[in-house]
Amino acid sequence: MRSILAVINVLGALLALFSAFFVLPVATALIYGETAELWNYLQCAGLSLTVGLALLLLTRRYRAELKPRDGYLLVSLSWLAVTLVAALPMMLGAPHLSFTDAYYESMSGLSTTGATVISGLDSLPHTVNLWRHALHWLGGMGIIVLAVAILPLLGVGGMQMYRAEAPGPVKDAKLTPRITETAKALWLVYAGITVACMIALMLAGMGPFDAVCHAFSAMALGGFSNHDSSVAFYNSAAIESVLMIFMVIAAINFSTHFVAIRRGDPSAYRRDPEARWVVIWLAVSILLLTVVVYQSGMHENLGATLRQVAFMTISMATTTGFVTADYSTWPVFAAMWMLFLTCVIPSTGSTGGGIKLFRALILIKQFAREMFLLVHPQAVAPLRIGGQVVANRVAFSVLAFIFVYFISIVVLTFGLLLTGMDFVSAFTAAVSSMNNAGPGLGLVGPATNYGVLSDTQTWICTLAMFLGRIELFTFLVLFSPTFWRK
Amino acid sequence: MKVLILGAGQVGRTAAWHLAREPDNEVTVIDTDEEILRDLQGRIDVRTVAGNASYPAVLEAAGIADTDILVALTSSDEVNMVACEIASALYRTPTKIARIRAPEYTSQDRLFAAGALAVDVWISPEQLVTEYIERLIQHPGALQIVDFADGRVRLVGMLARKGGLLVGQQLRTLRDHMPNADARIAAIYRKGRFVPPEGETAIEEGDEIFFVAARDNIARMMGEITRTEERVRKVLIAGGGNIGFRLARALEKQYQVKLIERDAQRARRIAERLEATIVLHGDAQDEELLIEENIDSTDVFAAVTNSEEANVLSAMLAKRLGARKVMALINRPTYGELMENRSIDVTISPQTVFIGTLLEHVRKGDVVRVHSLRSGSAEALETVVHGTQDRSRVIGRRIEELALPAGAAIVAIVRVEQVIIAHHDTRIEPEDHVIMFLADRRQVDAVQRLFHSE
Repeated sequence: MRSILAVINVLGALLALFSAFFVLPVATALIYGETAELWNYLQCAGLSLTVGLALLLLTRRYRAELKPRDGYLLVSLSWLAVTLVAALPMMLGAPHLSFTDAYYESMSGLSTTGATVISGLDSLPHTVNLWRHALHWLGGMGIIVLAVAILPLLGVGGMQMYRAEAPGPVKDAKLTPRITETAKALWLVYAGITVACMIALMLAGMGPFDAVCHAFSAMALGGFSNHDSSVAFYNSAAIESVLMIFMVIAAINFSTHFVAIRRGDPSAYRRDPEARWVVIWLAVSILLLTVVVYQSGMHENLGATLRQVAFMTISMATTTGFVTADYSTWPVFAAMWMLFLTCVIPSTGSTGGGIKLFRALILIKQFAREMFLLVHPQAVAPLRIGGQVVANRVAFSVLAFIFVYFISIVVLTFGLLLTGMDFVSAFTAAVSSMNNAGPGLGLVGPATNYGVLSDTQTWICTLAMFLGRIELFTFLVLFSPTFWRK
Repeated sequence: MKVLILGAGQVGRTAAWHLAREPDNEVTVIDTDEEILRDLQGRIDVRTVAGNASYPAVLEAAGIADTDILVALTSSDEVNMVACEIASALYRTPTKIARIRAPEYTSQDRLFAAGALAVDVWISPEQLVTEYIERLIQHPGALQIVDFADGRVRLVGMLARKGGLLVGQQLRTLRDHMPNADARIAAIYRKGRFVPPEGETAIEEGDEIFFVAARDNIARMMGEITRTEERVRKVLIAGGGNIGFRLARALEKQYQVKLIERDAQRARRIAERLEATIVLHGDAQDEELLIEENIDSTDVFAAVTNSEEANVLSAMLAKRLGARKVMALINRPTYGELMENRSIDVTISPQTVFIGTLLEHVRKGDVVRVHSLRSGSAEALETVVHGTQDRSRVIGRRIEELALPAGAAIVAIVRVEQVIIAHHDTRIEPEDHVIMFLADRRQVDAVQRLFHSE
């Protein structure tokens, strides 16, 4: 009990801190003179601050250094709580969503999924659109990572929180001796590249507001847009190129960016096996799918096919979910291949979802190792990725993760089937939500949105997004009896 | 010359033995193990001091104050380096030689530059042995390859086999076969006996031949003595110690390398650090394992574990199971002699390899290289000729005029950068590097006296 109160104490601090994030929508409301929204967001900020401070004060006597296991509870609770607070303004103000839909939209934002239940995005107040994209941006690098960076109270125990939230199997790699500095460094790199993306988008012809929104969305590998027709709205090769470049950048480990920028040495990318494979797999997939789509006679022009396939492949594979073409009309192979890529393309420590490329590489290497050991039973074959040896323990936990990951997709698919959904929609919705990608096929295809789902279906997808973002174990461990045993 | 040796391990003892053999040297050995020292003193004429080799008091007791050369050969790189530093700082010892094994140190050139560490010369026996084995694998027909004059001249020992152009021919026909490439047969051993290599001597199948040639002519000359061997592709190394690991790393880019290591943890460690080598955990004397790993299609099997008995046995086993060529690392010379019936193709003695390099630095004056051949019964050495024509018994004379003892032959001369294969009328000039083959090691003294200038 004591440790739960200690966790709630930190949670209070987090909520109080989160209220500061409302600066963005409030500023937007002031700029565009949206008074109704201004009051709405100010109220919600006040509520967040009050609840946070209340929790902080009520439990201040129980304040203590968090133990590693508390990290899991804190991360799960804070994601659920922050999502709730972030959902409030969308219920209370425009677009007046139901609780279910608002929570879904908020989770989709924070988990960087980018699936929406809202139609008529173009006519929403600027404040609301900015809020949705700001949630993407915050969720991309992680709420806790940000908190570790600026909250001294997490201080020493911060590494546990960081580990529970940061995506990927190898989380001990600190960039700097102090965890606070590491978190700060990651956020600085993240913010810096985001600004670069905004400027590039404006140079490519986007208006300033759209540029801010799409930069947030692209860097978080989210997929929200402030237009119903997504990126197709602009029909601009320049904008698409800029977005493609920044989506690939965001799909690479931010630690690698940090090292490359700090040392001014691009060879850091060559040494990062994930970065190399992201580029290789994307290039091969784009070529393959261009041929497949062109063969089907969908487009008569090879150049146009390449442009659409390249954008959609990168957008889907990096788990962003921007749309320029309705891929559900493409051969099923192309659509399923892109969905498959959402599982494996994003790197460890990037803002994408899925099982992460590093885990996929470990799986492949482990397979190769088993084959090798059949031929040389007495060989000692360490699992090596990019010259670095991967400990057996990590390899096993990766295998367990991938197993649980696919089991989760199966269970979620069954859950959706139970609600009466058709198989293709259920399966693709489960995969797409787990991978924080966004669009699927069928009911949830790129031409429609998740607004068509029933409440139960919406909640199942919400759960899938949440599980996918915090990488299963952080949440599932809360249901194991050993976690609660003293 | 006063020599102080730190460490009486295998290398230290061998060094002491070689240095004490020369009458001008006064050798002192320091080690922590009194038992070993007592034993050593009983065998060879050295002084011993027990204690920690890097403590100034111990060094002083061993007479460091007037020592000319400090040779630090303890098993610890760090002790060796510190001892050199102390000798330099407190006693101004002129020459300091240290054994340094860790490549982490030796790869840092600046560490051993003037003004940095007080180590004048570092020697890594493991590295020397690795390079030696590497050379043998590059020339699969050779039993022994040793360098002179920084590798410009090589002496190669090998067996004459059917298919060699020179086999069954008299030596003087060599010139017809290889009109341009200069090489010279230095010695022939027939059934273990030395046969003087004259122009009329014919080479027979099974003869053990030593020849000298400039480095670039080695491969052609080998083709004269045996049919050209197929290139080595598959190498199996037994033992993942320092030598085995280095060897695997040096070879894994060019050859298919497998390495057998008995210790599970060590096997893991080296597997993590090697890239293309297949590391196997097991015993190199395990017949099943060798068969499983296709020993019969292995070109070279190199047994380099710490245990020479294991090396001998596994190499013999590998040979019987069909390995094309087997090598074994053997410290004791007598073991090497047991192997003469060719159940092991090549025996490698780390000490012999190491001593050659050590002597190069220890013998100030004349002899710069010594290589022990045929398990120590014969020697090849490189001597620098000093002095002037009227004070030397060799300068300005033709080789045929020199009073060389029987069985000793001058085989090559390196003059500045030029390699001259010796002929009866070649004249010796000051500062020549003369390379000699001595069929009997005991002639060393006579030869040294001859070359000594008054």
